[in-house]
Amino acid sequence: MHHKKIGLTAALALALSTSAMAEEKVLNVYNWSDYIDPKEIKQFEKETGIKVNYDVYDSNEVLEAKLMSGGSGYDVVVPTGAFLERQVQAGIYAEIDKSKLKNYGNLDEVLVEKVARHDAGNKHNVPYAWGTIGLGYNEKMVKERLGNVSLDSLDLIFNPEVAAKLADCGIGLLDSPAEVMSIAMNYAGMDPNSEKKSDLKKATELMKSVRGSYKYFHSGKYISDLANGEICVALGYNGDILQAQSRAEEAGQGHKIKYAIPQEGTLVWFDLLAIPADAPNKESAYAFIDFILKPETSASISNFVYYAVANKAAEPLLNKDVIGNPGIYPSDEVKANLFTQNAHTAKFDRLLTRAWTGIKTGR
Amino acid sequence: MSILSRAALIHDASSRMTKYDFIRRVNWGKTAVVAVPALWLAVFFFIPFLVVFKISLSEAAIAVPPYSALLEWDLEEAYLTLKLNIGNYLYLLEDAFYLDAYLSSIRIAAVSTFYTLILAFPIAYMIARAEGGKRALLLALVILPFWTSFLLRVYAWMGFLKKNGIVNEFLMATGIIDQPLVMLQTDFAVYIGIVYTYLPFMVLPLYSALEKMDMTLLEAAEDLGCRPIQSFFLITLPLAVPGIIAGCLLVFIPAVGEFVIPALLGGSDTLMIGRVLWDEFFLNRDWPMASAVAIVMLIVLVLPIMLIRNGQGKEETV
Repeated sequence: MHHKKIGLTAALALALSTSAMAEEKVLNVYNWSDYIDPKEIKQFEKETGIKVNYDVYDSNEVLEAKLMSGGSGYDVVVPTGAFLERQVQAGIYAEIDKSKLKNYGNLDEVLVEKVARHDAGNKHNVPYAWGTIGLGYNEKMVKERLGNVSLDSLDLIFNPEVAAKLADCGIGLLDSPAEVMSIAMNYAGMDPNSEKKSDLKKATELMKSVRGSYKYFHSGKYISDLANGEICVALGYNGDILQAQSRAEEAGQGHKIKYAIPQEGTLVWFDLLAIPADAPNKESAYAFIDFILKPETSASISNFVYYAVANKAAEPLLNKDVIGNPGIYPSDEVKANLFTQNAHTAKFDRLLTRAWTGIKTGR
Repeated sequence: MSILSRAALIHDASSRMTKYDFIRRVNWGKTAVVAVPALWLAVFFFIPFLVVFKISLSEAAIAVPPYSALLEWDLEEAYLTLKLNIGNYLYLLEDAFYLDAYLSSIRIAAVSTFYTLILAFPIAYMIARAEGGKRALLLALVILPFWTSFLLRVYAWMGFLKKNGIVNEFLMATGIIDQPLVMLQTDFAVYIGIVYTYLPFMVLPLYSALEKMDMTLLEAAEDLGCRPIQSFFLITLPLAVPGIIAGCLLVFIPAVGEFVIPALLGGSDTLMIGRVLWDEFFLNRDWPMASAVAIVMLIVLVLPIMLIRNGQGKEETV
């Protein structure tokens, strides 16, 4: 009885306050899953009085499909560089007025400059986090099969003889044609962003020559499979592989997972904060982005999600096991060897997808 | 027969009304009854179908929405141009890969439907012959899996089939095999997933066909010297045909377009049209092409089914 009464009052209050709701500040955020420390959202609500509606996705494709249909209703979204590049061309983002972001100066200028390859003058984005695609491996299982060789080489997955020795313990690759093919092109000495048909053909042949040694292409399964010893090598995102590492420790089955940035160089990606042109609460969006740019917020996010943030001022506040982990914050020397993957033309994307399906299915 | 007698009864009861009154009332109710599902079909099937068909005739573009408009107004010249792009359909014919994908989907769906039928028939037969209370319980058991999320149940199969999963551990412990079998990420796992998921859709129509069967027919056959196996093929099976057709359609149609099961249980080399559609939509960002693939899939599926239904209709009238 008592409960019923409360429910009724609440419903009444809701009905009466719909007109007042327009006055209350809200913010609709659409971010990757497990990509923020939840207590930071509470902190933001407390500091600003803005109510946050926080939704998550797990692939750039899903985000893009929503944005491209129009009227998504989100105020802040977090696409990856190459995706933002194309979405800017489609005109779905608002220009960001940096004078409204008093913490913008905290960003790492070197990284900001790299991001400008995706978005000239960084007019539509503010860097959120970044990472690499590299090798996750089960040290014991790999060494049993290869002996004492250095394991930070893409030979593990792209050299047919080496990969064949690892086939029985399982190799898994990301199911992401643009990213994996650019790493393969770079490995074979070509420009990773090449759109030449001949380069694509060479990379396709390379992949086909090792395809028989791969267990699968999948963008999420490798996390638990590495941790359980179901596979012994994966080409995946650094944060995912570090997650597999800690899961393997928790499981206590004796699997030890390591992450290596390949010596041949690999792809570096940036996830970028952006405001859709039709965002209903732009002022709230600015407040949120500025809040993220605070050194304390950025450090807390990096410590929580095990991805690097592009915030120079946050570095002194990072935990030792985060800033000291070369898999998260690599040395400048290693960083110099990283390349970004640009957005492709629609025509090349079609060729790429077709080649990729050919590699996967042997057709 | 029963319909006729029921109609006669209704006629008797309404004989006090004038004939005009009677017809008007019945038609009014009939229209309402038919209008609801018709409206439902129009809103949730036909209009979306037209939208998809429209998109399939446009061209991909980097814009919101990411395809070109079919109609263009030129206000100065007062010209209305209609641009239809059939290039997407032509491209489907150009690359043998699409035909491969359709055939491969149909093959996987057909094989799975066959195994589902083989497995479901004895189950449905047993339930139809069970005692009243037991029968209700068995039927409830068939429907029970629906109470758990479909996705979770497919994930559970991953736990069964993986390298150090339950099946391999059991077979190794009993000494039947000494190396773990590779079952996950194969077509075999896809068949298991589809058969498992769609089994109830086969059992229920088969059950309803078998349950209506007149048992005295079997007794008569036995009295006339028919062996049980003969009477099964001569009586039970032919009487179950409507159930078999309904069950097969209910399994086959969704299995052709299945996306989740091959994505979770299948290997990277399992080629199905659902995956091709996903790639066109998300990787190539080519909504028009994805729409064309979907339309062709619908035609490939709907045409043979309409033919089957037509054939069935004729049989019944004969």
